[in-house]
Formats: sequence, C-alpha cells, structure tokens
Amino acid sequence: MTSADDFNLSCPAPAMDRDTVQLAHGGGGRAMKQLIDSIIRPAFADPELDHCHDGAVLEIEGTVAFTTDSYVVRPLFFPGGDIGTLAVNGTVNDLAMCGARPLYLSVGFILEEGLPIGTLRQVVNSMRKSAIAAGVRLVTGDTKVVDRGKADGIFVNTAGIGRIIAPTPIRPGSVRSGDVVILSGDIGRHGIAVMAAREGFGFETVIESDCAPVAAPVLALIEAGIAVRCLRDLTRGGLASAVVEIAETAGLAITLDEASIPVREDVVAACELLGFDPLHVPNEGRFAAFVAPEDAGRALAILRGHCVSESAAIIGHVSAGPLGQVACRGALGVLRAVDMLSGEQLPRIC
Amino acid sequence: MCLAVPGRILSVCGDDPMTRLGRVDFGGIIKEINLAFAPEACIGDYVLVHAGFAIAVIDVAEADRILTHLQDLTEPLDDGGGTA
Amino acid sequence: MKFRDEYRDGATARRIADAIGRTVTRPWTLMEVCGGQTHAIMRFGIDELLPPGLTLVHGPGCPVCVTPVEYIDKAIEIAARPEVILCSFADMLRVPGTDGDLFAAKSRGADVRIIYSPLDAIAIAQAEQTRQVVFFAVGFETTAPANAMAAYRARCDGVKNFSMLVSHVLVPPAMCALLEAPGNRVQGFLAAGHVCTVMGIRQYEPIAERFAVPIVVTGFEPVDILQGVLMCVQQLEEGRAVVENQYSRSVRPDGNLPAQEIMREVFQVTPRRWRGIGDIAESGLGLAEAYGDFDAERRFGVVIAREEKVTECISGPVLRGECKPTDCPAFGVRCTPERPLGVTMVSSEGACAAYYRYRGTQRLGRV
Repeated sequence: MTSADDFNLSCPAPAMDRDTVQLAHGGGGRAMKQLIDSIIRPAFADPELDHCHDGAVLEIEGTVAFTTDSYVVRPLFFPGGDIGTLAVNGTVNDLAMCGARPLYLSVGFILEEGLPIGTLRQVVNSMRKSAIAAGVRLVTGDTKVVDRGKADGIFVNTAGIGRIIAPTPIRPGSVRSGDVVILSGDIGRHGIAVMAAREGFGFETVIESDCAPVAAPVLALIEAGIAVRCLRDLTRGGLASAVVEIAETAGLAITLDEASIPVREDVVAACELLGFDPLHVPNEGRFAAFVAPEDAGRALAILRGHCVSESAAIIGHVSAGPLGQVACRGALGVLRAVDMLSGEQLPRIC
Repeated sequence: MCLAVPGRILSVCGDDPMTRLGRVDFGGIIKEINLAFAPEACIGDYVLVHAGFAIAVIDVAEADRILTHLQDLTEPLDDGGGTA
Repeated sequence: MKFRDEYRDGATARRIADAIGRTVTRPWTLMEVCGGQTHAIMRFGIDELLPPGLTLVHGPGCPVCVTPVEYIDKAIEIAARPEVILCSFADMLRVPGTDGDLFAAKSRGADVRIIYSPLDAIAIAQAEQTRQVVFFAVGFETTAPANAMAAYRARCDGVKNFSMLVSHVLVPPAMCALLEAPGNRVQGFLAAGHVCTVMGIRQYEPIAERFAVPIVVTGFEPVDILQGVLMCVQQLEEGRAVVENQYSRSVRPDGNLPAQEIMREVFQVTPRRWRGIGDIAESGLGLAEAYGDFDAERRFGVVIAREEKVTECISGPVLRGECKPTDCPAFGVRCTPERPLGVTMVSSEGACAAYYRYRGTQRLGRV
C-alpha cells in the first residue's frame, strides 16, 4: 500500500515554459505548430514550407543525386561552426561529391526536452545562413521531441537532392591507374576544433573548424571539362579513411607523399601535443579529387581560384597494385602503410 | 616513453615554485604549463613538456653542437658523453 | 616546429644511416626500450634504412601494455561505483581487462573522464565535492613526477575526495630482468630518453658494467634514433660497453632533481607484476605510507586476484623482445586493432599496433 507521500496528481494540460523545448512541442498539436511557425518557417523562408503540406513538390530535370546524413556533434557550438552549419554543409558536400549541383534539403530535428529555445533559434539561423551561402533551399522537414536525457540537446538529419551535372559517373569504380590525387586544402582543423571545445584542452589559441560548402569548386572542375573520376569529402576518419575506402573499392593502390599534404602550423602543434596523426582527423570543408593525369595541372589551377580550395595540392597518385593498399612516403623517404583506425583517435600521453 | 613536446616560454606567473605556470608556445598553439620541475626556466627558454608539466629546459647550445656534428659524420663525436 | 622538424630531416637521417652502414661489420641485435621509439621506427621506416644484419627488437617500454590486468579490473570495478568519477589518461581506456575495458564500462554508465594532466583530476575533485574522484596513475618514471604532484597537491590543499590507483613501473629493473633471461639476444640498448630526462643516466651505469652491454640514452625523433643506433654499434664494433647520452639536449647526467624529489616524497619502490613478463622485484612505485590515505585500493577495498585467460596472444614474448609481431600466427588475421587478442595490439605504443598501422599486413615496396 502506498503512503501519502507517494500519491500525487499530474495534470495532462502542459504549462508552457516559453524558454525551453517541451514534450508538447513534438506532439503534433498547437505547441508544435507555434514552434514551427515562429522559429523554423520564418528562418528557412521557403515557399514550399508555406504550403504547410506533408512534403515538398519539386520539379527536377535529369539525373538526380540523393543523400542523407545525421548530425550528432557534441558540443553543439564550436569555433567556426555549429550543428546547424554542419547539417547543411555536410549534405551539400555529399551531393557535390556525387558530381551534382545541390538543390534541396530536408531537415529532421530531434529535440531534447529542456533544450533552450534560444539554442534552437541559433541553430536554425545557422542553417539558414549556410543554406543561403551554399545556394540550396530547405523545403521540408520534421520535428520530434524526446524525453530529457535521450538526445544531446539536438540531433539533426538532413537529406539532400541535387542534379547530376557530371558527364560520367563520379565514383570509386571510375578511378584508374595513373590518376592523380588532389587534396583541396589543409587538413585537421575541424576535428581539433571540436575535440578542443568538447574536452577542454586549455589551448589559448583557438583553432576554428573548416566547415564550409565545397560545391562551387567541384562544379567548376566539372564545367571546365576536367576528367574527374572520383571525389570524396574527408569527414569521419579523415583523409586516411577516404583514400583507403576508395582504394579498396576500386581495387587499386594509392601512394601519398606526406610532404605535399598541407597542414597548418597550429594544427601540426595541436596534433603533436595530443599524439594525433593529421591524416585521421576529420574535416568538414575539404575533399580529395581523383583526376586524369593530363588534367591535373588545370584542375589544381581551378581549385586554387576558389577561396575554400585556395591551398589545393597534388598529394599522390594511383597505381595498379597491390590491391587496395594505401601507402604514404614519409619524411625519410620510406613508405608506410595507411589504414583506417578502428575508432576515434584519443589523446595520448604515452 | 611518453610523449613530450618542445615549446618556448612566452611568459611566467606565480611566485611559489610548486605552482609556477608558464605560457608555452608549441609552434602555433599556446598552453599554460606547470613549471614546478623546471624552476630555472625563464621567458624565451625552450622546455620539454609532458602531461602538462615541463620536465626539462632544452639545452639549445648542446642541440646546435650535435646537429653541426651530424652534418659531417666522418669526424668522431667528442663530447665526453661516454661514462663507465 | 622547432626541436622537432630538424630531427625529421631526411638528408640528415640518411647521412647517419650511411655512417651506420660503414660502421657495421657483423650482425648486431639492439633493443629500443620505449614504445614511443618503436612507434617512431615504424612510422618513419627507420629500420628500413639500416644495413641487413642490424636488428632492432622492441622492448617493454609501453607502460600501458605492461600494466597488470588486475589493475585494469580494479579500475573498472571502482569506476562502476555510482559515487566515483574515474579519471584516466586516454591511453588506458581501450586496454582489455579480464572482461572488457574502461570504454565499455563508460558505455555502461560509469563516469570515466579523460584527463591530460594529473592536476585536471584535482580540479575535478574540487569542483565535484560530493563525488569521489579516483585518478588511475600509470606510467614510467617520465610521468611519475606529474602523478606525484597530484597527490602532493591533494594533501597540501586538503582535497579529501581524491585518491589514486597507482600502477607505476620502473625501467632499470625491467632491463636487468630481460638481460638475465636465458636466451636473451639483446647486445645493446637505446634507453628511453624521456625516462632519463627525469631520472638521469647514472642508474644505467651498473647495468652496462654488469652485463657488458652498451646503453645509449636516445630521443624519439628519427635523427635521434638513428644517432643512438650509430653510437651503439660504434661501441659494439669497438668492444666498449658504457652509457652514452645521445639525447643530451634534454637529458642531464643527474636528471631532473626537483622531479626526483617529489617522487621520493610521494612514492615508494614496490614489487610489480609486468603483464607479459611476470613479477620483477622493486620494479614499481606505489604511494608512500605518508600518502596512504590517498590510496584508492585502500579506500575502496578492491581485492582482485584473477588469472589472465590463456589465449594464443604472444604479447609477452613481444614485450620481452623475443619475437616480432609478424612472428605471431594471429597477427593481422585473428588479432587486429578492432579485435585485439592482447595489449600490444590495442595500445597506441604497443609493438603489434605499430606494425599493423604502419606496415599493414602486406609488404610495401622498398625505397
């Protein structure tokens, strides 16, 4: 039998806390409509959203690229970006890696009960700015709210549609022996920025994430008639994972030259302090391009004409074998194997 | 063992030798480091840092001497470094 | 980066490698003691620049690898207590205990936090007064002064909700144990430069004399390691066996005196079991009696005596330098970083992990 202390009343009508997200905001009722109407729709300002329909109806000509990604970064805000900028640019970049002009994005929010409304507003505004910069429209979406403790503040999913403009398929299977590997810029900034913000390393110097859309230089390559065989953005697992995956899928060998791989001085220092290898650190505004050798010089010049890829460099080449092997020539001229790590790099003191 | 990284002291604060701190520049990253084990370290010195502590002041002259020697390895190293 | 880039210069490295080639007239087997040196050798391919017949075997200088399995188990048991925040260097998080690792414990809800300096653990204890903060203090002599400082500060500042689980190991007794082992084939040592930065070089003089082996205190960059090898083979070719200091820009003969002083204040020498090697007398550090209140084993009363499961893992012989990772039939096949059978594959400084990461499971073309 329960004691008097165990007995309590709970009223099903929610008392609305105007400052934080409540479970009611995901309930499909008035509270949710108010959240969408007051924060989300005005920020994304798209005629499709104003139809208030279950989906967006769009006209697209030609072959379509379609991609999706979910964003769970912690902390939500970090130097150089936030979960909103990642959610837009990440999906825009995946479309670009397919050789497509990014056009439309959907957004799915999973919000944690208790998330400050101001935080949601900031994230939505970041997404708006990033979408404008990338030239894409946010045309449909969904919002759910989960109990406190079931999400890290916000989880975001974006799916994207783009129109393929590459004349031939851009994918690992198109890579050939003799192709040149071009890196679009210096590596390591994003991973260090996020980890420093999350773990509190006590670095006085702030390294900012390189999070940025890369569709413009990619489309410039394609429109200039460069024979682009494959593109890959260098997110989780960094340059190493991307190159290894392509080598394994293509059944070819890739050799990189460490001295050619640009890494900024402060990123080098951070990696030394933490015991990290920059090859494995995630990036959010960088990609590797595999191009025909006769186009390498022109491709480099085109990339260097765009701000986001102004320090592009040729970093390696593809050869016939051993199958799926990636090697890197180091400072002493000796080759070492490059492989994916089994998990995230952790700082070491030993 | 253990990962130790060289950096240059930009500034020092604190009077208590056990809690004296230095702002150390590791070539682009600046971090505060405990100088309890490097009481002789001054601004401008290079220190070797492990787990947030400076464990040695780097002997710049000795480093230069060895590097110069390494440029011509036909000459034997004369440093009295051998001990029995 | 100054004091790093100069020591990665390819031309200088090759000049030293050529000098080694001119010096060596017969086969020699050297051991680099420290896991960080093994890592550098693999990463930069230093062994591929050496003449045939000159063999580098990898020593037990990976404090993560040699931490006894019962200490991992104790850390996991302590971390599982709801009132505990377990602070550890990240190196220890993926080391397998008898049943899982600290990462797995974290995913089951244990409050396990990565720290970069032992003083971070003190700061956490001061910020979280209602919790018990336990610092998993491992390492060789390089890390011992920093770990000692944490206990020293806790005592000075009256941080009562702080304790340490200590499993420190000392290098010289391990070297002696290796040299005493029947079948030892190590003829010269590259001693651990950062250990010697703290402790100096004097402890190695009796070892060089007793076992008639040259010991060269060596740094961690390619030029350091190659110069250390050159100095060692020069001694061997000339029939000398003394202690020399290659890492003289950081190592003073008497070492770092303030660091040694705090180690003497906070720690005492203890027997220690080395994973893969066994019990070595007077080869560890534990908290001195005056700091006994900060001993987590006492505070939490953890008593674990478990025998490690016998598997096909040969990390013991690898740590003792008796064989290379590639001699293991499971290497790269049943034992990988994703599914490690033993510590030398999971630790970032372990020899097996270094081989796997930088040599893969296939041969690479020579330069």
